[in-house]
Amino acid sequence: MEFLRPASWQEALAAKAEHPSAVPIAGGTDVMVEINFDHRRPDHLLDLNRIGELEEWETGEDTVRLGASVPYSKIMAGLRRELPGLALASHTVASPQIRNRGGVGGNLGTASPAGDAHPALLAGGAAVEAESVRGSRLIPIDDFYTGVKRNALAPDELIRAVHLKKASGPQQFSKVGTRNAMVIAVCAFGIALHPDTRTVRTGIGSAAPTPVRARTAEEFLAAALDEAGLWESRKAVPPAVAKQFAVLVAAAANPIDDVRGTAAYRRHALGVMARRTLGWTWEQYRGHGSEQGSTSCA
Amino acid sequence: MRVSFTVNGRPQEADDVWEGESLLYVLRERLGLPGSKNACEQGECGSCTVRLDGVPVCSCLVAAGQAQDRRVDTVEGLAGEGGELSPIQQAFVDAGAVQCGFCTPGLLVAADELLEHNPSPSDGDIREALSGNLCRCTGYEKILDAVRLAAARTGQAV
Ligand SMILES: Cc1cc2nc3c(=O)[nH]c(=O)nc-3n(C[C@H](O)[C@H](O)[C@H](O)COP(=O)(O)OP(=O)(O)OC[C@H]3O[C@@H](n4cnc5c(N)ncnc54)[C@H](O)[C@@H]3O)c2cc1C
Ligand code: FES
Ligand code: FES
Repeated sequence: MEFLRPASWQEALAAKAEHPSAVPIAGGTDVMVEINFDHRRPDHLLDLNRIGELEEWETGEDTVRLGASVPYSKIMAGLRRELPGLALASHTVASPQIRNRGGVGGNLGTASPAGDAHPALLAGGAAVEAESVRGSRLIPIDDFYTGVKRNALAPDELIRAVHLKKASGPQQFSKVGTRNAMVIAVCAFGIALHPDTRTVRTGIGSAAPTPVRARTAEEFLAAALDEAGLWESRKAVPPAVAKQFAVLVAAAANPIDDVRGTAAYRRHALGVMARRTLGWTWEQYRGHGSEQGSTSCA
Repeated sequence: MRVSFTVNGRPQEADDVWEGESLLYVLRERLGLPGSKNACEQGECGSCTVRLDGVPVCSCLVAAGQAQDRRVDTVEGLAGEGGELSPIQQAFVDAGAVQCGFCTPGLLVAADELLEHNPSPSDGDIREALSGNLCRCTGYEKILDAVRLAAARTGQAV
């Protein structure tokens, strides 16, 4: 095995081009488990820790460009207002020690259906900035997850950053697990209200081969809110609408039975989370439209 | 490969390090610092907790090469030069927070870091800060007592 330690982003891209099978290592919280347990023996490890800009973010007028290696603990502490959904999701990852190392780039690299960043990225409408010596491109998050633990990166590409719109409305994230810390999601759900475009986006985790959106549910809800003029009136969402939204979210999942839970339980739980998180976000929108990122999390 | 970094304030060098080796392995097997414990090697238990540039991490999940030129602080660095226990160590002893002791080094490092940033933590803060550390003997109540005790004593001293 060779340990490559590029000192700059350009060097990292050159190393990845020269050794396309090199395994990037950022926080190492996925990679090192595989190495410790002999599940992986790459020819090259490509250390990204020396590349400072991967651990920084830039805030534009409407968007945040989040470096691939910004650890979850920094997202929680520094981006709660701009990216409330992702900040809430980050807080549910593992433990403080893991959150101090792991980040969104690694979550995307692993592309596990259980990764907690994914529902928030789907709901937020993220784009993944992938780069290689050939150039840079923005991959819409909807096209990023291509299969179980598969993503749209080419072998010579690295993730430079994730682009997200600053929240224009409330966002929530909810996760079901057996305890409060150190738990892989049985299933998870993210929701983002986008009052600026009068749309709602969602993300479902751990309940399909890849993270997915509940598109039919999103369209139904947006239409229902529109027709009743609720974006303007900020009146309560009728219970029948919330219920149908929950049914459609549950229907969008394609879960399996496994050690963490049954498919039937996952569907049920998704419906509950969909209804609750819609309730929380809508209350936030009604009450104090500008104040986002409450800490409540089911 | 050779890895050089600062451990508990002293420059250290480890030779013949395998490229896939963890920082935990280097500390224990190459630098003679067995305080950090190896219990799960998958980030679940926190018994290998050290500080990397001040930040608590699981040393079993840091590749040794990633520690190059960086600062690592282990449980061995908590006590004073003459062996006098640090406030959090003394509090663990006094509160009876040590049973078999296997989880203790990781908890000490995590609790020490908590008190450094938050000298009077709430119970919620303590639980959150220690949520990545498992105690197989399940002595959690005494562990919480120990952190409260250390916080109270430090508060009085100031
Ligand atoms: C005990 C434990 C508990 C966990 N709990 C959770 C949890 O609750 N929720 C959750 O979502 N995850 C959890 N994880 C998984 C892990 O912490 C996350 O997936 C984390 O986001 C990985 O980030 P990292 O920087 O550590 O990734 P790494 O391990 O460094 O890398 C992960 C993958 O991404 C690739 N990669 C990393 N950076 C880049 C880049 N810039 N460009 C291209 N590829 C890249 C790597 O090659 C590798 O394939 C847990 C892990 C452990 C050990
Ligand atoms: S040995 Fe590192 S977390 Fe258990
Ligand atoms: S005292 Fe035995 S594991 Fe905690």
